[in-house]
Parts: sequence; C-alpha cells; structure tokens
Amino acid sequence: MQIKQLLRRTPNKKQIGRIKFVLFVLCLVPFMRLIWLGINDGLSANPIEFVERSTGFWALFILLLTLSLSPIRLLFGYVWPLQFRRMLGLMMFFYASLHITIYLWLDYGFDWNDILKDIIKHPYVLVGALAYLLTVPLALTSNQYMVQKLRERWKQLHLTVYLIAILGVVHFWWLVKKDIREPLFYAVVLGLLLGVRLFYKLRQIKSKSEKIRKMKLSLSV
Amino acid sequence: MIIQQKTDILPSEITPKEVFENRRHFIKQAGFGLLATTALAQTNLLFAADATRSNAPIGKTSKSLLSLPNFTKTAYGKDEKLTSYEDVTTYNNFYEFGTGKGEPATNAKLFKPHPWTISIEGEVKKNKTISIEDIVKLAPLEERIYRMRCVEGWSMVIPWVGFPLAQLIKWAEPNTNAKYIEFVSLADTQQMPGVNLPILDWPYTEGLRMDEAMNPLTLMAVGLYGEKLPNQNGAPMRLVVPWKYGFKGAKSIVKIRFTEKMPITTWMKAGPKEYGFYANVNPQVEHPRWTQSSEKRIGAGLFAGRIKTQMFNGYTEQVGQMYAGLDLRKYF
Repeated sequence: MQIKQLLRRTPNKKQIGRIKFVLFVLCLVPFMRLIWLGINDGLSANPIEFVERSTGFWALFILLLTLSLSPIRLLFGYVWPLQFRRMLGLMMFFYASLHITIYLWLDYGFDWNDILKDIIKHPYVLVGALAYLLTVPLALTSNQYMVQKLRERWKQLHLTVYLIAILGVVHFWWLVKKDIREPLFYAVVLGLLLGVRLFYKLRQIKSKSEKIRKMKLSLSV
Repeated sequence: MIIQQKTDILPSEITPKEVFENRRHFIKQAGFGLLATTALAQTNLLFAADATRSNAPIGKTSKSLLSLPNFTKTAYGKDEKLTSYEDVTTYNNFYEFGTGKGEPATNAKLFKPHPWTISIEGEVKKNKTISIEDIVKLAPLEERIYRMRCVEGWSMVIPWVGFPLAQLIKWAEPNTNAKYIEFVSLADTQQMPGVNLPILDWPYTEGLRMDEAMNPLTLMAVGLYGEKLPNQNGAPMRLVVPWKYGFKGAKSIVKIRFTEKMPITTWMKAGPKEYGFYANVNPQVEHPRWTQSSEKRIGAGLFAGRIKTQMFNGYTEQVGQMYAGLDLRKYF
C-alpha cells in the first residue's frame, strides 16, 4: 500500500533537484571509471579501442535513457521524469564528445588526411560522424534562452534526436564484425521506444478523426 | 552422508587456489623483481603500458615443466620490440571461445590440447594421422619473432616457437594435383562455448596456395615465449603466416587437406566482400570497416598513436615474388 502511494506521488521541487543530482553523479561514474582504469593499467591491451568503445557505449546508453522518458509518461503517466531530459541529453553529448575527441586525437593523432579517408571509406564511421554533427546544434540550443527564442522551430530541431539515435545504433551495428548480438539488443530497445511513441501518436490521430466524424454526423442530423 | 577421509596433507600445506592460478603471474612479477615498485609502475603505465609489463614471462626452470622440446633461436625479428606475454595471451581473437578479446583466455582454461592427432587428407599419396608429439619431432623447432597484423587494425610482435610448414608438407607427401592446402580447426561444442553460437560456419577453416604454404616464412607454431602454446593462442598447433592478416592463422588444427581447387575459407563465407582468400597485409587495399594504411601496436599505450602499415607486413622481400603480376586489389 505504501509503495503504491509512493509510486503515485510526484516529487516536489527539492526532491527533483536531489534526484537530478544523483542522476548527474551516476552519469559521471563511467567517466571516472575510465580515469581510474587508466591510472591502474586496466584499459586492456588495446587502450585506445577500449576508451573509444566505452565512451561510445555510454553515449548510446544515455541517449536511449533520454528517449525512454516519454514512453514512461505515455505508458505509466509519470510526467516529472521529463525534467531530466535536458541533463541526460547533455550527458550523452559529453560522452559523444569524448568519443570523438579520443578518435581524432588518441586514435588518429589529428592526421586529417587519414581521418577524412577513414570517414569517407568506412560507412560506419561516416554514419557515426553524421550522428555527432547532428547532436551539436541540439547541445547548443539546449539552454532556456534558445528554447524561448526558437519556440516551434526548437521543437522541430530537437526531433532530430530520433535520427541521431537511429544513426547511433547503425554506427554500432556496422562496426561489429560478426557477433551482432549487442547492437541488435540496442536496435530492439530503440525500436520499442519509438514504437510506443508511434502507437500513441496513431491512436491520437484516430481519436481525433473519430471526433471530427462524429461532429460532422451530428451536424448533418 | 559424507565420509571424511584422513589425508597426510595438512590444510595449511595446500596452495591456495588463487596463488596456484596466478603462479605464472607470480613468477613474472618475481622475475621482474625490484625494477618497478608498484607506485612507479602506476605512474608510468598511462604513458607506456609495456614499460612495466614484463617481456620475460617465465624463468628457465618452467620450460621443462611445460614440456616444449628444445628449440634454437633465430635471427628473425631479433631487433623487434616484443609485445608483452600478458598482452599476447589475453587479447585474442579465437571465436570458438567467445567473440570478446578477453574471452578466449578465460574460456579456454579447461581446454585439453592433449592427446591430439592431426589427420592429413585429400590430394596425398595416402591419408594418415599424426600425433602432436610426433609432429614436433618432424623438424627441429626454432624461435622466430614475427609481426602479426590483425585485419581489425592492430598488431603485435610475437616470439613463436615452431617449424616451417614445408617440413610437415614434405612428410605429408601431397600428389601433383595438390594446388592448395586447407586447415581445419577443432569445433568441439563441449570444450568450446563459442561453437554453440552460429556466428561463423564451424569448423573454422583456412587455406593457402601451395607456394605460400611452402614459403620458408610460413610457420607451424607449437609455442610462444619459449613455452608450449597457451590454449587461447591455438594449442597445441596453429598456423602463422606473418605477411597475411592474423585470421589466416588457423588455431588448434585437427585436419590438413590438400586440394586441387581453392578452398572457401570461413571468413570468405562470412563476408565475401570483406575477406578474400589471399588476405595479404596491404595498406593500399581498403577494407570496408577498418583503415588498413595504419595500425595500433598493442602494448604501446594510450598515447602512442598509430604506425604505418607496411606492404606484406614488411615481408615483401621474402614473399613479394609470389604475387608478381597478380592484381592484389582483385585478389585481396
């Protein structure tokens, strides 16, 4: 009974702040772990690949987490978790930026000739680069000022997050040599997250058209 | 009911499991001695991971315990900087034991490479089998330090112990129809967890053209770092073809078949556009996934960057003439 009540409760502003802080710290754990492993020689025999993989994984993971907040609202009616979207989105941008920096600096030593070749010739790199470029405007417009300034256009712009997520999963899928179990899992998760949205959207359209039909019917009578 | 039997071993005399399992590591550390204190190691590691990793895994005494016959050192790669024993034996592509790089080292622990027989089939005078013990007697064993370039864009330098494949071929007595040689690895669902997954078309098969197989560089390895080949590296016997991408080196070989037609290898089946029969290291021929013009040297550390990949992995002098006139873009 108590749990039920607890679940039904909406946290107040102070509590939201606390939850946000905990989430923030949790999101930084993978980063701290990498630093700790780096100091303690724990980054495997291929440390560059290890940090590339790790940051890429967490960027994708946090992105999927961000995208799960709306389905939570649609399915269970919790509206308050939507307040964490911005922070999670920026965390995803943080890991994606680390990922790109490691690639450009540690992996390719800013050898732009090789980097350009790598991007053009390897589809998974191209898709990943594209995904990252698309996240930049989202991060830049994530502040309150831009939200108010852009209004409707802000909403449209931030719809690209769906494209970014799809590109991210494709990036991972195409990188894997043969054992596609892991990217397949993320593809399924993403499919579900987008599927829930689509389902509710379609239902909304249907009920709207139903209303219009009824209205017309009543008018004609 | 449990009947307790008295033993004459005191519990205090039994080596704790952890110590027992880590004995190699322990010997390594001991051999490494006072050179690096832990504190020093930790500050250095970030910049040069290999500086604190020992290159000498075992003392002289352990060699006889591991029963690798005597071998002679050679001049091959004597100036190369070796990849540490730890990295060579914990960073492996051996899908029969799992697709993660660390999985073979963990999952192959209980693998039994003894007793082991290899069957010789196909275009030969007579089909026959030979045990691993007899194989190592076919030719004197030698240590050769080879570079190994993986198709995934990383490389190592490994001191293999083995003998030229040509010696085994001579013993196998192929007939005049034999134009190619196919190597088949063990696919044992009991011992190899990866074989239960349909990730590749098991058993793993690889192949070489006869002249490639007869090339003096082509090695049948039975050991590395002066000891018997560790399970995760393809025990008891594996192929080493240093001018080709690493996946050509079939591990835990159970069958060698001489054929008239070019064998279709496992990776050719898995991705015909990505993996060709030849798979020669070639910085000019692009792979759809990985950059082939440069590579990451394992153990060089987080800040070492990439090194340029050499044509035929730097073995052009020894193998280049075999491919004269062959379009290496078409026959990748």
